Amino acid sequence: MTDEVRVYVEEPTGQRTEVVGPTDMGLNLMELLKASGYDIQATCGGMALCGTCHIEVLGGPELDEPGDDEMAMLESLPILSPGSRLSCQLRITERLDGLILRLMPQTA
Amino acid sequence: MNSISTDICIIGAGPVGLFAVFEAGLLKLRCHVVDALPQVGGQLSEIYPKKPIYDIPGFPDILAGDLVRNLMRQIEPFHPTFTLGERVERFAKLEDGSFQLYTTDGTEIMCKAIAIAGGLGSFEPRKPAIESLESYESGKGVYYMVRDPETFRDQRLVIAGGGDSALDWTIFLADVAKEVTLVHRGTTFRGAADSAEKVKALHEAGRARLVLSSNVTHVHGNGKLNAVTITANDGTAETLDVDSFIPLFGLTPKLGPIEDWGLELEDNAVKVDTVDYSTSVPGIFAIGDINTYPGKLKLILCGFHEAALMCQGAFKYINPDKKYVLKYTTVNGVPTL
Ligand SMILES: Cc1cc2nc3c(=O)[nH]c(=O)nc-3n(C[C@H](O)[C@H](O)[C@H](O)COP(=O)(O)OP(=O)(O)OC[C@H]3O[C@@H](n4cnc5c(N)ncnc54)[C@H](O)[C@@H]3O)c2cc1C
Ligand code: FES
Repeated sequence: MTDEVRVYVEEPTGQRTEVVGPTDMGLNLMELLKASGYDIQATCGGMALCGTCHIEVLGGPELDEPGDDEMAMLESLPILSPGSRLSCQLRITERLDGLILRLMPQTA
Repeated sequence: MNSISTDICIIGAGPVGLFAVFEAGLLKLRCHVVDALPQVGGQLSEIYPKKPIYDIPGFPDILAGDLVRNLMRQIEPFHPTFTLGERVERFAKLEDGSFQLYTTDGTEIMCKAIAIAGGLGSFEPRKPAIESLESYESGKGVYYMVRDPETFRDQRLVIAGGGDSALDWTIFLADVAKEVTLVHRGTTFRGAADSAEKVKALHEAGRARLVLSSNVTHVHGNGKLNAVTITANDGTAETLDVDSFIPLFGLTPKLGPIEDWGLELEDNAVKVDTVDYSTSVPGIFAIGDINTYPGKLKLILCGFHEAALMCQGAFKYINPDKKYVLKYTTVNGVPTL
């Protein structure tokens, strides 16, 4: 059992930055990324209503399938990749350890 | 060019901008409200119309959409005027201290004071990543909003998206346009289930075409759009002759032009004096989510309070020689304008 997970954010330059998050605070990935200084709008505050916390998972552990609300929101966005997720719907638990992601642009 | 003259121009028809109309009306100030969205209500209408809000005084719970409807009813006596679907782009301050504002569509608004109630910024359409899409904007065949359905009368249309707007406009425009095709990348819809059923029924009746698991990937034309290519998730593609393409992927807020107005900003928000929510430019006020000051809370309730104090400041700016005496609505009722 670990009380910290490490996720890796691929910057536009291709470089990967490690972000460490606690598993015991009930945070979601959007909150962790925001707290780590990433420019995520997260307009709806994590309710799967705005899509502004959209990320693309590039590698790492296998995640649970998106729930209905997350899937529906993702499907309504103009840019979608097979690794698309709403970061606010991913809880920071040890199962996220090693995740590699990049932030998705809001508009083309 | 459309020209409007008023006392206060309110930029943003979110809850705070709407309530500012009421507070201004009590002081017998006329308001004109501008919003980039085609409907009023700001975040409440755009993001969470069906969610209950629990922290509006006097309403143990109220749906966001109902709060907007109530605010519209409350301001009826003051007959505000609205310019919807246009973004305020720039302003000029005139020698007498009044202002001239211009929208993206060239509407001119002459006013004595400005109240920016721009929230998170103006809601702008999310655009799909299609090469040279932007060259067909501005009336050349690509539209991100339906403002006047008549624009599309007897046209061949392709609509893209899977939310309520894409479904609702497909249903509506099926009666107006010559041909409507709805392209959706998935197989399920985010919009209301009965709207999805209606679109499927229109498809079966041959009155609209539904193309699932596909994306519009290319636009074609010469100065004006004349075709789009639809590519299915399995890679097969078809090119369809069209007059207009309407991508409806929702909206996302952008601080936008207000950023360049020379107002003092902090963390993308407009700095204000909490005495009357005035900005660093005399005559321009900022209320609601768009402003910042020590202790700021981005809540509707706080925006309402700010609107009341802002109107006092605007009244004094507009009428430097008049004294304002507070009157309770319980005593005086609601005046009309
Ligand atoms: C999911 C969610 C739930 C929420 N729940 C609550 C809650 O329970 N209680 C609560 O108090 N608050 C809640 N909020 C916050 C609340 O919605 C905001 O505080 C409120 O909407 C702010 O109102 P506003 O009028 O300042 O701005 P907004 O609602 O953002 O409206 C601003 C309007 O200005 C327009 N605009 C901006 N710039 C321009 C321009 N240049 N030209 C033309 N138009 C422009 C925009 O298009 C927009 O319509 C919630 C927010 C979200 C996203
Ligand atoms: S923060 Fe709005 S969908 Fe994640």
